[in-house]
Amino acid sequence: MQPEGKRQVQDHSLDRSLDIVSLISIGQHPQSGRVRRAEQDGRAVELGMNLAEKHTVLHAGDPLQQALRSYAGMGLSEVQVLDLGPRADAVPALVEYLQDHRPDIVLTGVRAESGESSGMVPYLLAEKLNWPVVARVADIVSVENGVAELLLALPRGQRRALKVPLPFVATIDNAAPEARQSAYGPGRRAQVESLDAVIEDDQTRSDWVEAKAKPRPKRLKVVKAKTAAERFKAATAKPQGESGKVLKDMPAAEQAREIFDLLLEEKVIS
Amino acid sequence: MSDVLRRDPRAEWIARNRLHPLHGTVSVGDEAEVRGPSGLLRKNPHKVGFIGPNGIKRIDRLKGNGNTVAMGRRSSGPQEVLLPLHSVEQPDFYIVVVPDMVGGRLTSQDKDILGQAHKLARGIEGGNEQQGAVVAVCFGESKEEGFDTAGVDRLILLDSEEYQGFCPEQQLAALVQIEASYQPKHWLFPDSVNGGADLGARLAARLGERPAVQAWQVDHETTVSRGASGSIDISRTTPHILMLVEECADPIDETRHEAQPLALESIPRAIAQLQDQGQVAVDPNAIPLAEAEFILSAGNGIHNWDQFHDTATALGATEGASRVAVDDGFMPRFRQVGATGTWVTARVYLAVGISGAIQHMQGIGQCDKVIAINTDAGCDMVKRAALSAIGDSEEILAELLKLAQEHRAKQSEEGDQHAA
Repeated sequence: MQPEGKRQVQDHSLDRSLDIVSLISIGQHPQSGRVRRAEQDGRAVELGMNLAEKHTVLHAGDPLQQALRSYAGMGLSEVQVLDLGPRADAVPALVEYLQDHRPDIVLTGVRAESGESSGMVPYLLAEKLNWPVVARVADIVSVENGVAELLLALPRGQRRALKVPLPFVATIDNAAPEARQSAYGPGRRAQVESLDAVIEDDQTRSDWVEAKAKPRPKRLKVVKAKTAAERFKAATAKPQGESGKVLKDMPAAEQAREIFDLLLEEKVIS
Repeated sequence: MSDVLRRDPRAEWIARNRLHPLHGTVSVGDEAEVRGPSGLLRKNPHKVGFIGPNGIKRIDRLKGNGNTVAMGRRSSGPQEVLLPLHSVEQPDFYIVVVPDMVGGRLTSQDKDILGQAHKLARGIEGGNEQQGAVVAVCFGESKEEGFDTAGVDRLILLDSEEYQGFCPEQQLAALVQIEASYQPKHWLFPDSVNGGADLGARLAARLGERPAVQAWQVDHETTVSRGASGSIDISRTTPHILMLVEECADPIDETRHEAQPLALESIPRAIAQLQDQGQVAVDPNAIPLAEAEFILSAGNGIHNWDQFHDTATALGATEGASRVAVDDGFMPRFRQVGATGTWVTARVYLAVGISGAIQHMQGIGQCDKVIAINTDAGCDMVKRAALSAIGDSEEILAELLKLAQEHRAKQSEEGDQHAA
């Protein structure tokens, strides 16, 4: 919620500039199921491009995947890919890469749009690297003296300010600024650099059974009535909640005071 | 008093039969029939019957029998049914639920998950002679009173100072401590944006467990969860840590539970790397109406619109309106609450001068606390409201505005003192 002009990003140390790695995954269109740029990962790349001088976009998977071009079309000169097979676990490869390169900030989406989409990768990376992890970031306001000031997206459009020391892992919420449009030509021209990586197969997942999602049954309103009269009442009667406290024939000041106390008690007024 | 009607057929028969020797002893209402001096039965027509509630004379042909029946029914109102207590004395295993407790109360998702926990416990108990207890771990201040009816057998309430506000690292330390002391069979988290998914993922990463995320069909053997942004179902054996979606199971409604506090050793203070700077003031009118937390809504009873807007700003409320206010051009169409407008989910809904058409009541169906300010004490909105003030809306809003401004002034003063 900070205007663009007020964003202050300064070098947290004298000899190094801010180094950000954005992790991208292959998205999936919710209706057609076609591969695309993932919504939240696109926002992570956008945020990284606005913040850092040294920005690496990293994918773990197939380097020939066409959806990577739609990330590159945002204006990236290259996309780095850890070459992994479809059954491989991304976490060990990413941990090795991050341990070698030691960036300041790792940005990811909250959940991938394909695969298991458990959203565990940022947490596992943070645990392995022993870095703090911040979930659902809406914006990175500033990075100064090795401390980043973030805005977290809370439910109901609220924001929480947070300070985190570098380095850290952050997942980017849908409330973050929208990813810029992807241009086709620059996307084709960008380099996709394939890197060798540790390949560990995901053993647990091979035991799982995957099927097309069944529609979930709707919850029925079950009436647990013991007598016919109760059943009849449940079927016909208007649900009548007992009305609460009524303040009548009182001075307006007292009524307002009661209302205000309730608002304070419910913590809608801070 | 019991709801069952007890009739005495013999007494009724004696009352009907005026030749019965005991007829005089049974009460038959007023003395409308008297034996005259000649032995003839005299009826006094003025004493027959009684004056009904509408001032009309009613004659009771049932000789008082019908009357007692009606009386008996009237006296016993709706009764509080005491649900059977489900008690677990020596639990063999634990299933831990970490509810979101939004605003200090169990959400409907939390209650579904407590129901799911009991379903899991029954499944595990079915195989062997064990009894499990469902433990709820609640962080921060709790306003919930229905832990027992929601299905909490044991309660760990962590409400000390270090658990106030945003503190996922400290919460994680507590959960790790619980894992070490009680070795629960399963951990259940709500898969929600209110912090449940975050905490569950943190615990899973710390314990090195692979959780089931977006799980929606769970029993003690297999779990079905959604993957690939909801397009596939993954079936697997039920893992140690589960994050469950809404309506995964039915909430508990037929039993009462103990909700006994469970002892926990002292929890180490976690080193907080995330420093909470508090919530940021957000322009309330920039929040979409459907997800606003606190709405001040205006209807036909508002005449001073400047004052209404001022009050909304001072209270920090998102503005809403009824259809009339929108049709009259006082508010834009996207502010309309109700069936034709937006279905709101506000936690607190303050309705000023809205009597409550059914379309409007549908729109606020999901609101938690409704407050009404209205001149008509009999309107539907007052019946729905938890608190209603009957009076002139302009006066009450003026007082409310004054209170809000005083509150703000006091707070900024305190803030200055803290800064100094």
